[in-house]
Amino acid sequence: MKIKKLKTDILIIGGGTAGCYAALTVSENSDAEVLICEKAHIKRSGCLAAGVNALNAYIVEGRVPQDYVDYAKKDADNIVREDLLLTMSERLNSVTERLEQLGLVILKDKDGKYVTRGNRNLKINGENIKPILAKAVKNLPNVKVLNRVNITDFEVENNRIKGAFGIGIENDTFYTIEANAVIIATGGAAGLYKPNNPGFSRHKMWYPPFNTGAGYAMGINAGAEMTTFEMRFIALRCKDTIAPTGTLAQGVGAKQINSFGDVYETKYGLTTSERVYGTVNENQEGRGPCYLRTEGITQEQDEALKKAYLNMAPSQTLKWIESGKNPSEQNVEIEGTEPYIVGGHTASGYWVDTKRATTVKGLFAAGDVAGGSPQKYVTGALAEGEIAAFSAIDFLKNNEIQAIDLTSTDKKIKEVENFLSDKNSRFTTEQLEEAMQTVMDSYAGGIKTNYRFNEKQLDIADRKILGLQKLSDNLYASDFQELMYIYELRERLTVCRSVIAHLKARKETRWHSFAENLDYPEKDNKNFLKYVNSRLENGEIKIIFRDLQEGGKPYEHIN
Amino acid sequence: MSISIDKSKCISCKRCQVVCPGSLIKSDDNNKAYIKYPKDCWGCTSCIKECPVYAIRFYLGADIGGMGSLVHTEKNGDILKWIIEHPDGEVSEIDINQKESNKY
Ligand SMILES: Cc1cc2nc3c(=O)[nH]c(=O)nc-3n(C[C@H](O)[C@H](O)[C@H](O)COP(=O)(O)OP(=O)(O)OC[C@H]3O[C@@H](n4cnc5c(N)ncnc54)[C@H](O)[C@@H]3O)c2cc1C
Ligand code: SF4
Ligand code: SF4
Repeated sequence: MKIKKLKTDILIIGGGTAGCYAALTVSENSDAEVLICEKAHIKRSGCLAAGVNALNAYIVEGRVPQDYVDYAKKDADNIVREDLLLTMSERLNSVTERLEQLGLVILKDKDGKYVTRGNRNLKINGENIKPILAKAVKNLPNVKVLNRVNITDFEVENNRIKGAFGIGIENDTFYTIEANAVIIATGGAAGLYKPNNPGFSRHKMWYPPFNTGAGYAMGINAGAEMTTFEMRFIALRCKDTIAPTGTLAQGVGAKQINSFGDVYETKYGLTTSERVYGTVNENQEGRGPCYLRTEGITQEQDEALKKAYLNMAPSQTLKWIESGKNPSEQNVEIEGTEPYIVGGHTASGYWVDTKRATTVKGLFAAGDVAGGSPQKYVTGALAEGEIAAFSAIDFLKNNEIQAIDLTSTDKKIKEVENFLSDKNSRFTTEQLEEAMQTVMDSYAGGIKTNYRFNEKQLDIADRKILGLQKLSDNLYASDFQELMYIYELRERLTVCRSVIAHLKARKETRWHSFAENLDYPEKDNKNFLKYVNSRLENGEIKIIFRDLQEGGKPYEHIN
Repeated sequence: MSISIDKSKCISCKRCQVVCPGSLIKSDDNNKAYIKYPKDCWGCTSCIKECPVYAIRFYLGADIGGMGSLVHTEKNGDILKWIIEHPDGEVSEIDINQKESNKY
């Protein structure tokens, strides 16, 4: 194992959507040195790897940012931070224009105006959106990119960040990185729950299986305050391929129907969680399977759909072609996915102020890892990357870089060496991962229980996850890639415990499926128009209830 | 979902290894690319789009209804051609102009 020490003004962890845009912003607005650490390679890493279908968050003509805030607030039944949503919404259009300048193809009409899809979406060719962002970052002065470096921990002392530790999975290197400010942009967490297809196609999931919740776990372990982990995200997706359904619903107006052909979506409501819940219920009551009604669309629509899916989820097009039937000839079966934790769709993540500062001094968060502000999508992640970048630049002005103590580094190196030494471990990382997913599936509201749970089950889940955490101390890795797998598992276990604690704390059912507590099946506005936050204190998860921050009034950390 | 790599075509350029968001592709003893963790493939097709000699194909696992067809892309200027080879030898093709946006 090689050991390397690096130093930078701003460390960006995760070179995805938010991370790349943050680097771009810093470079254009200061001469600060930036280091991006990316576990894969920025050309095709994270959510954008396969491409995206549309820009889901844009303020169309005749609308204002507050409309977007209102929409997201309604969809999450009030548990959002309006100040965060507003500051994000105000930047959606400028980052979109920037994306276009960088090379993204956005559909325009003959007057040169963007063509919109519904109230908030723009039509694009998003296949190469990630290479476009990566290219913009590649040649920037002052920005260095370390690909295939997986960050495992922050170094925090007296609630001030000093940097981070990581492992180079292809060069067998242990990294200590000192930084004055850190932007965390590692995305959300997939793979906590047993996936739809746990066999050979276990990774054919919606959210990238390589976004394993590292940023959440590092924040939890460093004592950062986190919010709303109980608002899980369950996606309604095409069966088997787990491809997005928005293109069918919004693109060709396909309605959700049950196997009797009845449109059921209106019966349950149209929020994101209600659409999932309705599908679960129709199945449970014997009216499954459920579909998006595409039969009867035109041949031209067939061809356009096949192309649109190739640009973001090619397996769905392959599915149509292999079956020999176009969407116009057969409805598309849909199902709910396993639950994910993703702050770009729901509101889980770091508790931040409007500058995207976390409660740890010098640490900023952007994108799916940041909480409070759901429905961010691509442009929202860019907007937050931009805000976090400006805040980090500001932070540098009044703060000095702090050295990381050798004792902390040595401790971390010992931990890594322990994993790398063969000690006849009883279990493999893969076995413990499966065990974790089975526990979450059975006792913390997975697919198996139709996303429902009660407190007794949550207690069992917590005990079992704690047991798995202990077992994971003894895992063995024969190389650095396997070492990364151990850290990914441990991150997920950490996130699982927080999810369980949050699910338990919200003693009501505000969102069907996303957090459906059978002990408290009703919504309780008297007690739970509140954020459920948490912080790790002496190894225990402490729950903090906070009042809603309403009307866009900016929230500030007090300390 | 996973990929298969035709080693006889591979020219060891490593481009597929570089882009894979899961770092799943490695070199074998002869320096040819192979997928080391087939069950961990996300199916993003990034590797396929990189391969200069079209050695990589993706397919749907049988557990999600796959029937054995193989898919790859070939890029020519702005046109990204998707080529689907069916088990019976038949081939379907779809051309996408990357300068054109999605209709939906
Ligand atoms: C399949 C899919 C389709 C989508 N389609 C659309 C769409 O059509 N329209 C739309 O607007 N939105 C869409 N979204 C949502 C949108 O893409 C995301 O919300 C947004 O890209 C998230 O950005 P991010 O920067 O938070 O995460 P990402 O872009 O995923 O970036 C996270 C980065 O961190 C890296 N990383 C993770 N852990 C570590 C670690 N420990 N050390 C170092 N690096 C690490 C990852 O490799 C990754 O590069 C889609 C999302 C998915 C998953
Ligand atoms: S399809 Fe994507 S995840 Fe699968 S091997 Fe290729 S690059 Fe990696
Ligand atoms: S991109 Fe193609 S040619 Fe290059 S290493 Fe991979 S399989 Fe071989």
